[in-house]
Amino acid sequence: MTTKNNPKVLVLSGYGINCEEETKLAFDRAGGEADIVHINDLIANPKQFSKYQILAFPGGFSYGDDTGSGKAFANKMRNHLSKELKEFVERDTLIIGICNGFQIITNLGLLPGALSHNTSAQYTVRWVDLKCTGKSPWLVGVKSLSLPIAHGEGRYIIEDEKYNEMKKNGEIALTYTKGDICKYQNLEANPNGAMHDIAGVLSHEGRVLGLMPHPERAQFFHHRPDWQLQKEVLKRKSSNGKIKLPIDGPGFVIFKNAINYFNK
Amino acid sequence: MISRIYIVPKGEDSRGNITKKSFNSLGLSGQVKEVLLVDSYIISASLAKPELVKSAELLVNKNLENFSVNKMPKLSGFSYVIEIGFAPGVTDNVAKTVMEEITDGLRRPFKKDEAVYTSKLFFISGNLNQHDLEIIALSLHNPLIERSQIIKITPKIKKEGLSKYIPKVVLPKQKDVVTVSLNVSDEELINIGKLGIKSPNGIRRGPLALDLESMKIIQDYFKKIKREPTDIELESLAQTWSEHCKHTIFSNSIDEIKDGLYKTYIKGATNLIRKQKGKDDFCLSVFSDNSGGIVFDKDYMVTHKVETHNSPSALDPFGGAITGIVGVNRDTIGFGMGAKPIANAYGFCFGFPDDERLLFRDKNLAQKMLSPRRIMDGVIRGVNVGGNCSGIPTISGFTRYDDRYRGKPLVFVGTVGLIPRKINGKLSHEKCAQKGDYIVVIGGRVGADGIHGATFSSVVMDSSSPATAVQIGDPITQKKLSDAIVKEARDRELYSSITDNGAGGISCSVAEMAKESGGAIVQLEKVPLKYPGLLPWQIWISESQERMTLSVPKKNWKEFEKLMISRGVEATVIGEFTGSGDCVVKYHGKTIMHMPMDFLHNGLPERHLVSEMTKAENYSPIIPKNISYEKILEELLGNGNIAGFDFISKQYDHEVQANSVIKPLSGRGWLNTDAQVIRPVPTSDKGVILSIGIYPSYSDISTYDMAGCAIDTAIRNAVASGGVLSKLAILDNFCWCSSYDKNRLAQLIDAVRASYDYAVGYGTPFISGKDSMFNDFRGYDEKGNQVSISIPPTLLISTIGIVPDINKVVTPEFKIAGDVIYILGETNNELGASEYYKILAKNNPDNIGNNIPKVDWKKNKKTYLAIEKAIQKGLIVSSISVGSGGLATSLAKSAIGGGLGCDVDLKKIKGDAKKVDEKLFSESQGRIVVTVAKKDTKIFEKTVGGITISKIGTVSNNKKFVIKDGNKKIINEDVEKLAKSYHSFSRKLSQ
Repeated sequence: MTTKNNPKVLVLSGYGINCEEETKLAFDRAGGEADIVHINDLIANPKQFSKYQILAFPGGFSYGDDTGSGKAFANKMRNHLSKELKEFVERDTLIIGICNGFQIITNLGLLPGALSHNTSAQYTVRWVDLKCTGKSPWLVGVKSLSLPIAHGEGRYIIEDEKYNEMKKNGEIALTYTKGDICKYQNLEANPNGAMHDIAGVLSHEGRVLGLMPHPERAQFFHHRPDWQLQKEVLKRKSSNGKIKLPIDGPGFVIFKNAINYFNK
Repeated sequence: MISRIYIVPKGEDSRGNITKKSFNSLGLSGQVKEVLLVDSYIISASLAKPELVKSAELLVNKNLENFSVNKMPKLSGFSYVIEIGFAPGVTDNVAKTVMEEITDGLRRPFKKDEAVYTSKLFFISGNLNQHDLEIIALSLHNPLIERSQIIKITPKIKKEGLSKYIPKVVLPKQKDVVTVSLNVSDEELINIGKLGIKSPNGIRRGPLALDLESMKIIQDYFKKIKREPTDIELESLAQTWSEHCKHTIFSNSIDEIKDGLYKTYIKGATNLIRKQKGKDDFCLSVFSDNSGGIVFDKDYMVTHKVETHNSPSALDPFGGAITGIVGVNRDTIGFGMGAKPIANAYGFCFGFPDDERLLFRDKNLAQKMLSPRRIMDGVIRGVNVGGNCSGIPTISGFTRYDDRYRGKPLVFVGTVGLIPRKINGKLSHEKCAQKGDYIVVIGGRVGADGIHGATFSSVVMDSSSPATAVQIGDPITQKKLSDAIVKEARDRELYSSITDNGAGGISCSVAEMAKESGGAIVQLEKVPLKYPGLLPWQIWISESQERMTLSVPKKNWKEFEKLMISRGVEATVIGEFTGSGDCVVKYHGKTIMHMPMDFLHNGLPERHLVSEMTKAENYSPIIPKNISYEKILEELLGNGNIAGFDFISKQYDHEVQANSVIKPLSGRGWLNTDAQVIRPVPTSDKGVILSIGIYPSYSDISTYDMAGCAIDTAIRNAVASGGVLSKLAILDNFCWCSSYDKNRLAQLIDAVRASYDYAVGYGTPFISGKDSMFNDFRGYDEKGNQVSISIPPTLLISTIGIVPDINKVVTPEFKIAGDVIYILGETNNELGASEYYKILAKNNPDNIGNNIPKVDWKKNKKTYLAIEKAIQKGLIVSSISVGSGGLATSLAKSAIGGGLGCDVDLKKIKGDAKKVDEKLFSESQGRIVVTVAKKDTKIFEKTVGGITISKIGTVSNNKKFVIKDGNKKIINEDVEKLAKSYHSFSRKLSQ
């Protein structure tokens, strides 16, 4: 399935980033060609950047969240790769920061705002429902979707003035809302106290997306918390009781969209 | 120069708000008005002002925080600051990151005597007195590893800032190596063994855990070679010969069992099963490595290992638990040539969290034990940080509560790994250190933390238990190491063997690997240290964390070193593997240990053990006349041994690595699942299933049946969810008490024999195990009365199995109204030591009856094979194994999970249970409750064939949980009310 024309994806790793493999998997399955590159290898050979169309900052615990999530990794990027990163963003490229990756790229200033401790001050693992409110190649055709979260510092903070400007520009990508999963498991919409229920934001004409939820952990149908019930419902609907279960989960569309952007 | 950087949150401080809440729940005389949490970094380095400001800028997120350098931050309204920092020498992970950041940002490495020290400053306002402040400070730290100071904010402090104490380790100058005279009285030999070698200053160094007999053998040996041992030689022998490393109770002959319990029954069962399985044998590496490995498919192998970390967790729950989980991850990384951790498991046995009685380790009541609640909170947080930071999903877990765990909790931690069966054409589970290979240690540095861990956990906990045995894990250092090994170095074949540094540190890992080559020579001064001044014996046995030992062929060293440097992993050559037959340690050129490998490993003589059973009969509880089964059911659902524990599951990341299939929580109603499934290889539909079985209370009646029920339950939990009996393996963790006591030994033999009988019966081989034999506490209560508390003999059985198709697995919650409910298996009058009887016997703990569940594996096996068939045919809609709390709680759990009601008739249940309470609450084994779509019932009944099944009712839409006995309604409850009971335990503890 991979050809020379497949969009190339650079998936960063190192220092406690830990979602690089499943992020690569999602891009590969969507038709991209993803490489996991350790930040030190990138620093040693920054020219590599020019090979890629998509840059992914995966989730994880870079530097153990010491001194604040994403800070130390962002400092390292800034100390060594500022110029290359700037050049990369200025090209017609896509960047995604997921969870810890989102924290890193806000610290880098690629996205406005900041992520602080959840109001519960606890690390929280659950699924959320999201309403899509942004204009972005990453979100083409997405109205709503449900994804899992796992974080302790996911409360998005933004100044009012900036928020209004972003809202106007369609740069609020995703907001927490009450949807299927919240109804299914009787959950609050906003899991962390984020301002304006913001789960993800955009910049650079929508090409840079940062979000706290993990689309790569929702790339298969069996990732859904209600897949067993869905399976049974599908089965009862079918006339002979036989069904072929869906393969993809709700988060896969994000990766598909990114690849389609370059294959259009 | 010493400076302090303060980082102050702007806007809403979530951590401060939550902290305020917890302070106000401490029962203070005053009220806390406000708390603000400020991070403090003391920098002991010669940095100029602009460099300090630049450093501070690296540490601050300007959107969220402000900083000040050396000046007290301008905060009004606060009257006190409580500072909490680490005690000298305790691992400070954040400080390490800060040093890396400043080094990188300023392009200026820290010099030898320079360092960073972090602490947290709690700015507090409110009408509080000194006593209140002391209570708050105590709630914030564990004096064994942390320091606190309470500071009143005065105008002077406002002006000058806080004092800048640095917790630097300063070790006294001491003689490097001392020889120990063994030409002494037996009494002194006993003292050396029990309390440790006497340092030149007269202070004993801490337990060797060597008894007189072992000391005499060492005495004889050195008499024969005509010299006295050095301290490091004695310490090294103590490590290698410790119960923790040697498992003497399982390996020595006992009664008429010549080859010992392990060889005869545990390994014996596995050998027999493998033979019987013939070409279907799926064991690849069992009992010989850090984990056990079984076939996943033709390309991959999965591994599993479950460890305990009980003693350290009693003293420092957070540190004990985090080192436990991160440590067992290394049993995966150290399996074969290195497996990748793909799932974590945990199990906690605690005293009751609301128990506030005090315990002390010493007669003077100076060494207070932590309360069960403190231990619980710390342990839960330790596994949280260890698992979450490592990017390993924590999918499987359980908690149990018993009064007898308040002296020593049990903390089980496990890790599943994935490794290709062949790497570059070579079998991945085979490894061998070669003569001439470098001995290389990678990862963390060595400090005084973790000294005497192995010997400490081999004895009773009392006032001589060493505080240095406690360590704090650093998951990120290990994550870097793990990625560099299993994702890179392994496949480049840069090393010939690898093992974990756990108990005994390098003294054990080097000596173990040296068996492969036939000897080793170590230059101890090359081992990287956290701080100067450690003595050679300390370096040799320290259990400082996040280290692994590898044998690297000389020709590969440069490439290996380069890779490690580029991944931020410290790697050091500390010696060479040899074929000399000796383990030799040098320190700055001088030989300080020279010991034949044979004496080191085989010098400890066999000791024959003798057991003697003393059986006690229990009374049965008195059953109250007007018993309300509804109330009992509610009480059972709210009981910690049955209740949901989503307050834990929801804080452990179980979806990282994107492999989740059956999660720890299931259904609308957040039901904790009894088995979990992951899909480790995304190109395959095969899955891995995990489950456990544990019945500590049953040991009060019969350890044979206790073990039988644990095995049966572990297996049943797996097959009920889609596991396949022929592809299940099991792991054993025996946690015993007073193990030299003859009765305890007799109980152990019974449990081990049952393990053999049932493992062989079900054809499920043991692939790995670990024991912890001295879970006893000896100390004093608050009045100074002597107290000894021993845990109930506890056996944890964990299963790991391969699921043929993840799309076919089944979760426990009801799904669709109208579905038909069946119970598979027989319900017998087996209420002995049941959770129901324990409720009735609350005031007379001995009245737990005698009719404990017996396991009939021949019958049950048929049931398990039948459900396997039905699940593979897609006929089962929901499936839950019946265990603690019996049928009523299992039905309630399925209803709660699905948010649906049910209508069940007890009259239809088969088995010898006659009375209503027997039918509702008996814990008879071998039973599974399933639901089946109405139109499938005929084909279902045909598929399961000749086993005992009873059609007992239907799933209903009205959210009513109804159980009838014929026409009489026994229980009629709203499912929502039951759900509230089920989650009440969690809600209480998450406050």
